[in-house]
Amino acid sequence: MPVLQLLSGKSLLPRVKTCPGGTNWQKVLTGQSQISVVCGWLAVWSLKEIQNPQGDGTVTATSLLSVKGLTKAYPGVVANDQVGFEIAPGEVHALLGENGAGKSTLVKMIYGLVRPDSGSMVMNGAPFEPGTPSAARGDGVAMVFQHFSLFDALNVAENVALGMDQPPKMRELSRRIREVSENYGLPLDPDRMVGDLSAGERQRVEIIRCLLQDPKLLIMDEPTSVLTPQEVAILFETLNKLSEEGTAILYISHKLEEIRTICDSATILRLGKVVGQCNPREESARSMAEMMVGQELLIPTRTPGEPGEVLLELNDLSVPADNQFGTSLRNISLTVRAGEILGIGGVAGNGQDELVLALSGEVRTELNDIIFKGIPVGTLPPNPRRALGLLTAPEERLGHAAAPDMSLTENALLTAAIRQGLARNGFLNWPKIRKYASEVIETFDVRTPGPENAARSLSGGNLQKFVIGREVLQDPDLLVVNQPTWGVDASAAASIRQALMDLAAKGAAVICISQDLDELMEISDRFAALNEGRLTPPRPARGLSVEDIGLMMGGAHDMEAAHV
Amino acid sequence: MIRLEKRPQPSKLWIALTPVLAVIATMIAGGILFAMLGKPPVEAIRTIFWDPLFSEQFAAYSRPQLLIKAGPLILIAIGLSLGFRAGIWNIGAEGQYIMGAIFGAAVGLAFYPMEAFYIFPLMVIAGAFGGWLWAMIPALLRTKFNTNEILVSLLLVYVAEFLLQSMALGALRNPDNSGFPGSRNLSQYASASNPELFTGTGIHWGVLTAFIAVIGAYILLSRHILGFQIRLTGQSERAARFASVNPKRLVIFCLGISGLLAGLAGMFEVSGPSGQISIDFNAGYGFTAIIVAFLGRLNPVGILLAGILMALTYVGGELAQIMLGLPAAAIQIFQGMLLFFLLALDVLSNFRIRFRKGGIA
Repeated sequence: MPVLQLLSGKSLLPRVKTCPGGTNWQKVLTGQSQISVVCGWLAVWSLKEIQNPQGDGTVTATSLLSVKGLTKAYPGVVANDQVGFEIAPGEVHALLGENGAGKSTLVKMIYGLVRPDSGSMVMNGAPFEPGTPSAARGDGVAMVFQHFSLFDALNVAENVALGMDQPPKMRELSRRIREVSENYGLPLDPDRMVGDLSAGERQRVEIIRCLLQDPKLLIMDEPTSVLTPQEVAILFETLNKLSEEGTAILYISHKLEEIRTICDSATILRLGKVVGQCNPREESARSMAEMMVGQELLIPTRTPGEPGEVLLELNDLSVPADNQFGTSLRNISLTVRAGEILGIGGVAGNGQDELVLALSGEVRTELNDIIFKGIPVGTLPPNPRRALGLLTAPEERLGHAAAPDMSLTENALLTAAIRQGLARNGFLNWPKIRKYASEVIETFDVRTPGPENAARSLSGGNLQKFVIGREVLQDPDLLVVNQPTWGVDASAAASIRQALMDLAAKGAAVICISQDLDELMEISDRFAALNEGRLTPPRPARGLSVEDIGLMMGGAHDMEAAHV
Repeated sequence: MIRLEKRPQPSKLWIALTPVLAVIATMIAGGILFAMLGKPPVEAIRTIFWDPLFSEQFAAYSRPQLLIKAGPLILIAIGLSLGFRAGIWNIGAEGQYIMGAIFGAAVGLAFYPMEAFYIFPLMVIAGAFGGWLWAMIPALLRTKFNTNEILVSLLLVYVAEFLLQSMALGALRNPDNSGFPGSRNLSQYASASNPELFTGTGIHWGVLTAFIAVIGAYILLSRHILGFQIRLTGQSERAARFASVNPKRLVIFCLGISGLLAGLAGMFEVSGPSGQISIDFNAGYGFTAIIVAFLGRLNPVGILLAGILMALTYVGGELAQIMLGLPAAAIQIFQGMLLFFLLALDVLSNFRIRFRKGGIA
């Protein structure tokens, strides 16, 4: 078992192991420096495995699930319009589409969370009409959600038991968790508290919960958004193994390179309709993105300039965690210059939120820990920092960056009051605020009927454009963004990245914290990683290899902890 | 089967309509209640809602009573609504109202029998200070020790009631009244009285202050950054922090302003309609104001209307007690139903009702 060999080794990183195809890991990794290489290699491998199944020939059998004419309408929008596709046993099938294209509605119907208005589904030759998720599970459908539903204060086995319809006795369950997890190369200790697990390990809990039901169809919603490259590689091996065994996988992701790597076929949705089927391996990421968007995609471009004077200095910044499961920031030192984009990577939950809060002023530190333009600002609240030119756009759009039930006009006021002079002596100038909100909406192509609409009525991508646009149009000297394109469709993501680059070209500095490494490599001048609250020294982004990045992120670290 | 579907944004129409529907539903349920008590339902409802305003027999007495009762309700509810909007729950306005009355009356009585123009303004300041001071106790305990302001402010009501009794029996007792409990009557002491300003309307300084508070709160909430911060904090505390709101300062401001206005209401009451500090001076305005605040959708203009409506049920309820012999408890149930129906119907402003056959198994 190559998977087990990989995991039982002392470290994952010096992967000089021979794969079945005879390719050498090290050679592949050092030969090029794209993340997709790891994935690409796996793809070649998985393709071979699938094309040469061990003789039982299940792969070419008739379809496992066939969906025909599925339609679901919500008030004002047809989420799915006559959607149809087929998935065969062992097939890894991608579901591609922009936000609001109808991917979630479709999988919710398959998983029994939503009932279609019309259309039919056939599973293994029999009509399939799940009324509830447990009915769907009964028919062999399992789903790993993007947002985990786990309880921090319970251990792995207890969490798994909570999600099962008829959990076995605890001891038996623990034994099976061990067995299944080792079998699929996802080692997991059933007695550990979920609160102590990394995001990657939490995802394993969810996956193993599904695998224990022995699913025929596994639905995965954006599974790699919380993983390091190494963890992604491990996940893909697991998926390949499952697919070899005949489990079909429905894979939802925005990361086109990943889809090209892992998926055998793809169904592309736009505005609730199927606009195309393709073999992702024969398409480029760009061509798939254009199919999704229905227009030509503008790829962000950038010419890095000379870095200017020092804008931000962090001196040994330490912030204790405010709760048991939070992350403490430890001794972070950093210098950021005008005109540069610093990318900060890392697995979610390694201090990203805490760093943003400390920079924005929502969490105060020692005065001299943060020096902005030569002025110590560590103890200043957010507005005085904004006045100086330090702006932030936090990750959580609804409830942090924007108030859900307030209009876009009011949300424009939320951060722009000071720099845009929207209030005099505390009295608000509503016409001016409305004008600023409209300007953001127009400049950043936010799709909404008007600035009087509530923030929560916007789709995630549109709200993100608004949130980023609101800061960019304030002409910041330093903009800190966290996950600027998380859950945002390809065209919106491209325009957001372009806006960040334009900002840097105008002489501002940008700190971009993200879990999307492709994004960071695309826009950053320098790259650093957060790992358990510590920041690695930044290195020039150009020429960094996947291995370097993995080492910086400390990805292997987490995995070893999971050994049993 | 009936299903609720979340609206993309709250419906403006339903936000305005639900209070009206709640009143109608209360009338219907109240009518049934009165019928079960053996009283004529239509006549009872008419006695409560119509007679105080339009009956030839009672209107001359009832109409001024309406504003006299509505004044303190509106004044207190306006203060409470600011905190409620920010998620700061001052349930103890009754106590702050009592403390305002005690402080105001004490200052006035200290000058007795001197006559001077500055006595009444001093009483106003003292009354406001008393209410503010009482509200600062839960405010400081919350900001320093993270105690729950709901419990602390509520429990302080009972402390204030005991203080009131001890004042009525001790320090503020009228020495010329052969040992009977209760203070001198301030409304008979010209420099300290809060008289009816326009004959036959019931308008006194407290009612005017309530109107000013309505206007002030309206401007604060719709035109001032502080009002924006209050609304923002109520929606999302994280977003408020991000917008540079200092949550502790906001707690102190909101509890302070609601205590201050409740104190003023108590002071105007003790120097006007009530006239004296007595054992049972407080009549539950501080609690009823909570209903008024919600009935008015925490909106200043809404509170103005809700205050008048609630005063109507008080005045009309009294009338119904006298004319039809309805028990006092029935009137209280009637007022309680109003809040109940309002909160229940509130669902409609955020959700849409869908009727459909069959269901999700």
